[in-house]
Amino acid sequence: MAIIEVKNLTIIFDMPNNTRITVVEDINFSLEEGEFVAILGPSGAGKSTIVRAIAGLIKPTHGEVLYRGKLVEGVNPGVSMVFQTAALFPWLTVLENVEIGLKAKGVPPKERRERALKMIDLIGLDGFESAYPKELSGGMRQRVGFARALVVEPEVLLMDEPFSGLDVLTAENLRNDLLELWIEKRIPTKTILLITHSIEEAVYLADRVIVLDKNPGRIKQEIYINIPHWRDRESEEFIRLVDRIYSIMMGKPIVTAKPPRVERYGTPLPHVRVGAIAGFVELIAELERKEDIYKIAEDLNMDLADIQPVIEAAELLKFIDTTGGDISVTEIGRVFAEADVLEKKEIFRKQILANVPFIQQIIQVLQNKSNHRMPIEFFIELLETKFSTSEAQAQMEIAIDWGRYAELFAYDEDSKEVYLEEEVPEGEKV
Amino acid sequence: MIYRAIPLRRVKISIIDVGIILFLFAFIYGIISTAKDWKEIPTYTLNISLSPRNLPLYAWFSLLRQFLAYILSLLFSISYGYIASHNRTLEPVMIALLDILQSVPVLSFMPGVILGLIAIFPYGRIGIELGSIVLIFTGQVWNMAFSVYGSMSSLPRDFKEASEIFNLTPFQKFLYVELPYSVIGLVWNSMMSVAGGWFFLMACEMFTLGKRDFRLPGLGSYLQLAAIEGNTKAILLGLGTMIALIVLIDQLVWRPLTAWAQKFKVELTTRGPVPTSTILTILQRSTILTTFSEKMNEFIEKITIKSSREEQVERRVKSFPILKFILLGAFLIVVGYASTRLMFLISRVPIYRWGEIIISDLFTLLRVSVAVVLSIAWTLPLGVFIGMNPKISVVMQPIVQILASIPATAVFPIILMWLISLRGGLSIASILLMLLGTQWYILFNVIAGAMSIPADLKEAAEIFQLKGLERWRRLIIPAVLPYLVTGAITATGGAWNASIVSEYVHFRGKTLMVRGLGALISNSADKGDLSLLAASTIMMIITVTLINRFFWRKLYWIAEEHYSL
Repeated sequence: MAIIEVKNLTIIFDMPNNTRITVVEDINFSLEEGEFVAILGPSGAGKSTIVRAIAGLIKPTHGEVLYRGKLVEGVNPGVSMVFQTAALFPWLTVLENVEIGLKAKGVPPKERRERALKMIDLIGLDGFESAYPKELSGGMRQRVGFARALVVEPEVLLMDEPFSGLDVLTAENLRNDLLELWIEKRIPTKTILLITHSIEEAVYLADRVIVLDKNPGRIKQEIYINIPHWRDRESEEFIRLVDRIYSIMMGKPIVTAKPPRVERYGTPLPHVRVGAIAGFVELIAELERKEDIYKIAEDLNMDLADIQPVIEAAELLKFIDTTGGDISVTEIGRVFAEADVLEKKEIFRKQILANVPFIQQIIQVLQNKSNHRMPIEFFIELLETKFSTSEAQAQMEIAIDWGRYAELFAYDEDSKEVYLEEEVPEGEKV
Repeated sequence: MIYRAIPLRRVKISIIDVGIILFLFAFIYGIISTAKDWKEIPTYTLNISLSPRNLPLYAWFSLLRQFLAYILSLLFSISYGYIASHNRTLEPVMIALLDILQSVPVLSFMPGVILGLIAIFPYGRIGIELGSIVLIFTGQVWNMAFSVYGSMSSLPRDFKEASEIFNLTPFQKFLYVELPYSVIGLVWNSMMSVAGGWFFLMACEMFTLGKRDFRLPGLGSYLQLAAIEGNTKAILLGLGTMIALIVLIDQLVWRPLTAWAQKFKVELTTRGPVPTSTILTILQRSTILTTFSEKMNEFIEKITIKSSREEQVERRVKSFPILKFILLGAFLIVVGYASTRLMFLISRVPIYRWGEIIISDLFTLLRVSVAVVLSIAWTLPLGVFIGMNPKISVVMQPIVQILASIPATAVFPIILMWLISLRGGLSIASILLMLLGTQWYILFNVIAGAMSIPADLKEAAEIFQLKGLERWRRLIIPAVLPYLVTGAITATGGAWNASIVSEYVHFRGKTLMVRGLGALISNSADKGDLSLLAASTIMMIITVTLINRFFWRKLYWIAEEHYSL
């Protein structure tokens, strides 16, 4: 019997500007006994929202979460959670932090202390019982986070990107220690759900990986990892799985029975400035052959999550092609990479006009106005019909950055107006 | 050390405000009418001796009053802040109420509070004692309550989620999460509040109501008596004792407390010097205290376990909506009745008197403006200088803090001695008292603002050779303005309050007064003219609230929007 079942989970947030944003849509999966599951997705895919719905911190808009067949109302009694930031109480010592869950359960002091000390010992924090979180390194802090979550002996352990705030070596160390506790069944936890944006981490730890799509978050695919522990990252099998999952993540969104939404302004612009796109395209052009995306990220010493928007942007402008998890530079991309500054602007302009409908629309609006100027709010309000307020602003910022570089239009920070280039701004006329 | 006042919210006048104003009317009526009904109470007058031998005992009495008032403020502000941040229906009402209560002049409450308490405890000193404690309490509680509310309603999401995941009971959440998170703000505001408490000590320990004279043994009454008799030696002795006491408290209480409060900082990285205290270290090593705190913890735990079980039972019992309606109805009836009675009371003020009130209001407004402008004129350059030079600020901050905690009211008699013979002397002295009492809020805030200028901006200004006026215009003013406004709001409120003490004084056996709203309030309290007292109090509240809303807040938002880093 499944320990946790998530059925038709949809979560919609009401935004302050009266728009509603679908964060996750129609999520279905379950956590079986003895299973380590990873949810993998780009930022904005609603990973954290799913985990909070399972914990009972967020109420589903539609659908339900079941714990051992019973509907979860309020906080889920079977779960415990490790937070990305550890979320320790800075005014409590390590021991007090670990004890807090037991205190809430009403465990008597003596037993509580014994259990907490045992857990501290198990997680490798021996000797730090009386230290305050401030005195610990990031890795040690997260260990306290694990001890605090595990000491209440939860059936389900939820982990919200617990390793992403740590440096590479510390994270690896902690991953292996956790895996050891899990594989050797030294903790009574029955199932673990890990949230991550790192494919490698998911493939290394989990028995099953659920890949999410973003805007809104939907399940794209579930992949079983049948490699026995401990897994070798260099092995061909491992690399092939990572590659496969990568192409699933980057691939076209899954086709659903529902009619596609009207994309009035095309796809959202990735949050990337022009400089990063240009640099990236030049780099790819120099490689002279198809390269594995995952390998490139590693070579650049960047997180896949960080590099992904750059790839998206370069692909949107047709500078690169990413079929099957490999990146190759396109013809126009190569010309762009080798061009000088002025030619680059020219090419960039053409690519934008051909591929970014929202920027085309800005230009149309400006051309239709007699003074060729328009307050920025106008465009932001247009964007708000589709995005949240903060996202609309971010989208506009990117559009301005791209438009400015391509010399398609300019932006006057003081009057907060977008205007067409030929015109001299009001202030300078005098 | 930085005093940072509460971040301001963008408030619009709404239906809530109307309700609040009605409630406030009712509240004022309640307090003032108590005074009306209990006029026939026997007085208890104590002879205050100016002999220096009595000083230690008097100082002790004053300290005790301060302490009790502070404990009262602490309990009230934590409960008020907790309820306001946890009850969504009450929150807007409670916060708007707090906002207005903050601008109610403390001394307007005096007759009602004192006489009411004397009526309840007619024998001996206890009624007056309680009255003076309650008055000190009303002078220091509001900003503390704001601070608790501010902290508790901005609890980081991670902490909230962690306490939910681990199933902390509401009481455990309060004890282990919410209260610790509020400590830092509470400690800073406590320091400010207690300093304000000393300010009113003089007024609260010795006063006349109509023909009756109330005196309590204490440092405040000692100083006031010395001023009335014009005994310079006694004034200096009293002042010296007070300063010594304040320095002592700073070293023995506030320093250890601020050092201890560092534990509750949420930031995991430390920047700048960390407050330390030898006293704290000594205390933390003491065996008795350690054992005591352990026993305390055990005790608290027993309670929390009990309460967690009771909670679960309680959750099953559904609340009765009918009871809520009855309570709300009763509340509305009382408020309605009391506010109409107040209107009736005010209506007895003749029309020509209203003209006098408005003119007085304008006079006081002028004095307050001069005091605030003067404060800004000297604190801005000094504050910027201290704030931008880390080395100097290490030396200067403690000095400024001690200076700031010397109550202006205690120095006031000395100023009067010098100025009384001049033409318009009291007017100048009154402005000077406002200045003394309020400039520190501005100074502290300006220092904090100057310290917040990022190093790279300072470097950029140097590279572009921004100097003199340009440097002020482009770098300093934009960075400091939001802080300056925050300080100025507190300062203006304080200056209005100070007008009550400074526009109407008993000095060398004579009663001196200048035209002003403060004088009107003091005078009407003195003569027992409750209608006039109510009318002029309401005038002051309205003026202060309007200035805050339509001047300072606007300026604050302009500063935040244009210059926030």
